[in-house]
Amino acid sequence: MKGSILVILILAAFIVVSSSTFVLHQTQQSVIVQLGRPVKTITEPGLHFKIPFIQNVRIFDNRILEWDGRPRSLTTLDKVSIYVDATARWKIVNPLKYLETVEGNELIAQARLDNFIEGAVKDFIADNTLIELVRSSNRSIVTTGIDETGVEVRSIMETPSIEKGRNTLAGEILNRARRDAAPLGIELVDVRIKGVNYVESVRQKVYERMRAERMQIAARFRSLGEGEKSRILGDMEFELKTIISGADRRALEIVGTADAKATAIYAAAYNRDPEFYAFTKTLDTYRKTLGKNTSLVMSSESEFLKYLKGVEGR
Amino acid sequence: MKYKKVIIGGEEFMIPKLATVGNSILIIGVVAMALIWSTFYSVGPDEVGIILRFGKYVRTTQSGLHMKLPFGVEKVLKPKIRKRFTQEFGFRTVKPGVQSTITKTGFGNESLMLTGDLNSAVVNWIVQYQIKDPMDFLFNVRKVEGTIRDISEVAMRQTVGDRSVDEILTFGRGEINQEVQAVMQQILDSYGIGVQVVLVNLQDVDPPPSVKPAFDEVNAATQDMDRLIQEARREFNESVPQAKGQAQKKIRQAEAYAVERINLSEGEANRFISVYNEYRKARRVTRRRMYLETLAEVLAKIENKWIVEGNDGGILKLLDLNLKKGEK
Repeated sequence: MKGSILVILILAAFIVVSSSTFVLHQTQQSVIVQLGRPVKTITEPGLHFKIPFIQNVRIFDNRILEWDGRPRSLTTLDKVSIYVDATARWKIVNPLKYLETVEGNELIAQARLDNFIEGAVKDFIADNTLIELVRSSNRSIVTTGIDETGVEVRSIMETPSIEKGRNTLAGEILNRARRDAAPLGIELVDVRIKGVNYVESVRQKVYERMRAERMQIAARFRSLGEGEKSRILGDMEFELKTIISGADRRALEIVGTADAKATAIYAAAYNRDPEFYAFTKTLDTYRKTLGKNTSLVMSSESEFLKYLKGVEGR
Repeated sequence: MKYKKVIIGGEEFMIPKLATVGNSILIIGVVAMALIWSTFYSVGPDEVGIILRFGKYVRTTQSGLHMKLPFGVEKVLKPKIRKRFTQEFGFRTVKPGVQSTITKTGFGNESLMLTGDLNSAVVNWIVQYQIKDPMDFLFNVRKVEGTIRDISEVAMRQTVGDRSVDEILTFGRGEINQEVQAVMQQILDSYGIGVQVVLVNLQDVDPPPSVKPAFDEVNAATQDMDRLIQEARREFNESVPQAKGQAQKKIRQAEAYAVERINLSEGEANRFISVYNEYRKARRVTRRRMYLETLAEVLAKIENKWIVEGNDGGILKLLDLNLKKGEK
């Protein structure tokens, strides 16, 4: 019996202690609620006391919390349909207000943030062109192309310049949604545009354009190759003709000079006695032209046969 | 062993009754075990110990064996401060290894993005980070990993959105890595997340799958172009030196002819001059001798010789020039 009383006493003490203290973690903040009415905010971590039974404690996170939107199909000012995916960070800065406005329920808070952020995103996107949403600066965009000789060259691309850009737009969205969220005891820390993509039908058109662009570049490369080939072969033809005809000219000149020289040499020699030259040359000609198959008819009156008829040669 | 009878819900149970002394020893033993268990803790070499007393940070301990207040008064958190955490975007490593198996299906939402020239590209990349400040890392942001993922996508898309598709696919990659890392770090620092981005590294970067064949076609065309030019150059290089050789040959042949021609003419001229010099000394007799010698030589070779009387050429009209020796 004595033992039972001890057990009951220990149990009672435990209940009193546990309902009059609570532990606040480093990442938490809390509101003390007295009979349904918030009375005190405690943000300091550690062991804290409250009046048992009439005071309740509501504990909230004090860290930066996440908000992630679903990708939504929106239309820009220049009537392009895109999916926009935003992400945001927020924290509970006034737990009292947070408790009052959204019952301290994070699901309700998230739903309210959905409205604020997605509403702002929708409005700002409808007021801006696609390029404002894609670019975040007026940095020069470099593309590669090919010059007339087929060498790859880089050049700065002509792009429409932007007034705001993605980050400024995100900043404007943040400012508006932040104002909306403040009464909930929520500080919207950051809103970022995570993804921007074409909706399916636009995407197919863009892909078609990309394909056409590339095909054009490919065709250009091929025709450059053909052109360069023709040029080289033309050069070759010119070189060949130059070389061969040059050599022919030189050869003819050499032959001509030699012929002239030979003629001069003959002339100098034979001019000493043209008649003797004619005589010897004629004899040479006999030797060369008359042979085995020649039929010779000679007159007995000829110089050669004149001794045939007598010593005196008549 | 003694038993105690206990009735619960109308049923009887026999519970063994322990000796009082033994009971106390057991309880003391259990309490001592729990005391030791909740007092000592060890911090690994890649960790740091963050001690919370009733949820409030009180001190940091380095690696080794340490003591803390027991029974949940003090708790320890041990973040791995030297570990490099890796996140993958657009793909996941299914089986790591020398040849890691990766999958890309189902991650198109991460990797498909718009470029600054309003084209699309499929970008895969990895991010590595380390804990920079363990306190910030543990206490400032609820979903650290998810936040780093989101911000990495934000930074990559922002960077890609300021570049042409050519820059992304080919020459701008190093620059993109650096810029994404800088943008990520700046945003994450603004959250006080306590993380250092160590590395951002683009992996496969491709045009969208249905456009890829067209990009490949450009590569093929470049190769075709090079091939055509190479072919023409080869033909050029083959035929021009050959033609130069032929030209040399022609010139040398002409030069050979010239040398021969001049030598011959000089030889013949000198021969004539020599003969002429002798002839001058005895013109008549030499002339006759030369004539007769020539005739002797020539007539010896001729097989058909006809001698006619006088200067009458009449016989020639009847002469059968085809008649050879021994024929009638």
